[in-house]
Amino acid sequence: MDREKTLGLLDGRFEENVIVTSADWLLNWAKSSSIWPMTFGLACCAIEMMATGASRFDLDRFGAGAFRATPRQSDLMIVAGTVTFKMADRVRRLYNQMPDPKYVMAMGACTIGGGPYVKYGYHVVKGVDLIVPVDVYVPGCPPRPEALLEGLMRLQDKMKHSTIAKTRSES
Amino acid sequence: MNDVTFQSKPDLLFDSDDGGDLRTEELLVNMGPQHPSTHGVLRIVLRTDGEMVLQVIPHIGYLHRCAEKIGENLQPYQYIPITDRLDYLSAMNNNHVFSLAVEKLAVIAVPERASFIRVIMAELNRIASHLVAWGCYGLDLGAFTPFLYGFREREMILDLFEMVCGARLTYSYITPGGVAYDLPDGWVDRCREFLDYFEPKINDYNELLSYNYIFIKRTAGVGVISAQDAIGYGLTGTCLRACGVKWDLRKCIPYDIYERFQFEVPIGLPPGSTFPVPSGQPTAKVPRDVVVGDSWTRYMLRVIEMYWSVAIIRQVLDQLPGGETKGKVPRNLKLPAGEVYLEGENPRGQLGFFVIGNGTAIPARVKVRGPCFCNLSILPLVCRRVLIADIPAIVGSIDVVMGEVDR
Repeated sequence: MDREKTLGLLDGRFEENVIVTSADWLLNWAKSSSIWPMTFGLACCAIEMMATGASRFDLDRFGAGAFRATPRQSDLMIVAGTVTFKMADRVRRLYNQMPDPKYVMAMGACTIGGGPYVKYGYHVVKGVDLIVPVDVYVPGCPPRPEALLEGLMRLQDKMKHSTIAKTRSES
Repeated sequence: MNDVTFQSKPDLLFDSDDGGDLRTEELLVNMGPQHPSTHGVLRIVLRTDGEMVLQVIPHIGYLHRCAEKIGENLQPYQYIPITDRLDYLSAMNNNHVFSLAVEKLAVIAVPERASFIRVIMAELNRIASHLVAWGCYGLDLGAFTPFLYGFREREMILDLFEMVCGARLTYSYITPGGVAYDLPDGWVDRCREFLDYFEPKINDYNELLSYNYIFIKRTAGVGVISAQDAIGYGLTGTCLRACGVKWDLRKCIPYDIYERFQFEVPIGLPPGSTFPVPSGQPTAKVPRDVVVGDSWTRYMLRVIEMYWSVAIIRQVLDQLPGGETKGKVPRNLKLPAGEVYLEGENPRGQLGFFVIGNGTAIPARVKVRGPCFCNLSILPLVCRRVLIADIPAIVGSIDVVMGEVDR
């Protein structure tokens, strides 16, 4: 995965070997089973994000229910809703404030490519990936909570395959 | 009585004239746009002196999605999904009001069954919207359980919506000329089941949150708006009614078929009196510390309105006629030259659509009168000399949805 996101204390300091494999397993297990998302509702999708965290869908089953109100305590930014030009630099700043390793999930059509506002929305950013690097895209307008859970599981898959070992280019 | 708020006696805490050791420095605090209790992307700049907020400056525009400009480029049918996303907690009501405006401009007849279904949907969505407002208000003031309870019942309403149109949040169900689909088999029974289940739950809500001692202490007497100010700032919906003004469009200027149903409009009342509730429900008294027009009253009116929405839906279901659900609307509906302005009672206040037709299928102008925008405008007036902790209580009780403020 790209190096920008794994710059922790341990990353990129070891050769690939047996010990690193076990450490990888432990760290990835810990990372993927306690994702702390940031409370970051922008628009309509935020309501579905809240519904995912609430009674019926219960995001806590996947260890991701601890919504933090500050970027400095969170691992995952779920960009839920339309990003406008006025909001764009705030989104970028919030992303910069998050500690590594950090992940971004683009929730909904607006964050993927402008959604229903793509043609006449003169104030809408046509995709949040123009501002921050996105790991998982969850399509829908808005996505159902099941879709968001699926996106979360895909993100966990991605986390489980990360490693602290040096990549080929570094060694 | 008013020991929790310093609005009445500001000099106790804050003696600005004598200087000396007690003098403190003013500080500008930025709240939002990413803040859990601003309900979206509202940004408020607080001028504070210690714990006291002297002035509040709301900044909006973080969710400006060009809804009015899009209205000048799309046909009314295509614009319906955009109205869903104005006030995304009450999409059915938005569809409803916009459809009524277009029907009035283009003179389209609506079948009777469609009108009945529209009222059912509008009232169900009012309940769903008030449930979110109720749950999130608890969340703002530090109670997590109401959020879970509110969403539990809301999911059942969303199931009903899913049965009729397949969507959970953005329905596009009510269209000019009628509704998109007829009710599926068994829907009416399921709706009745839900109402029977839901009505006793409202009593639970009151026991859980409304009459909670801490909750009353946090909200009673906080953010008091006078009736004169409320009318002057153009407040509508529960924010206006909490000030003691009996103004509900469903009752005062009935649109669609609301005049056929019996219901009460609850307004803010002084301590000791009781809110009107449907027969068979326990009386809802106003506690001791409450002032007319404060945060508690605004909150409580939403809970009482849920009772009356249930009562309206029961009446509609009893009288539901058969027949068509779609009127005769041509495919490329030409809007005649002329203009129309129509308002409807949304959960948050009066939503108005101003549509100008110019003889083509695409309107020349669509202007939206958003209730949240007007309700929010009173914030600088209310949040003078209040505590910082009261700001979430006031903002939450006004219950803004930023999608409609910024449009």
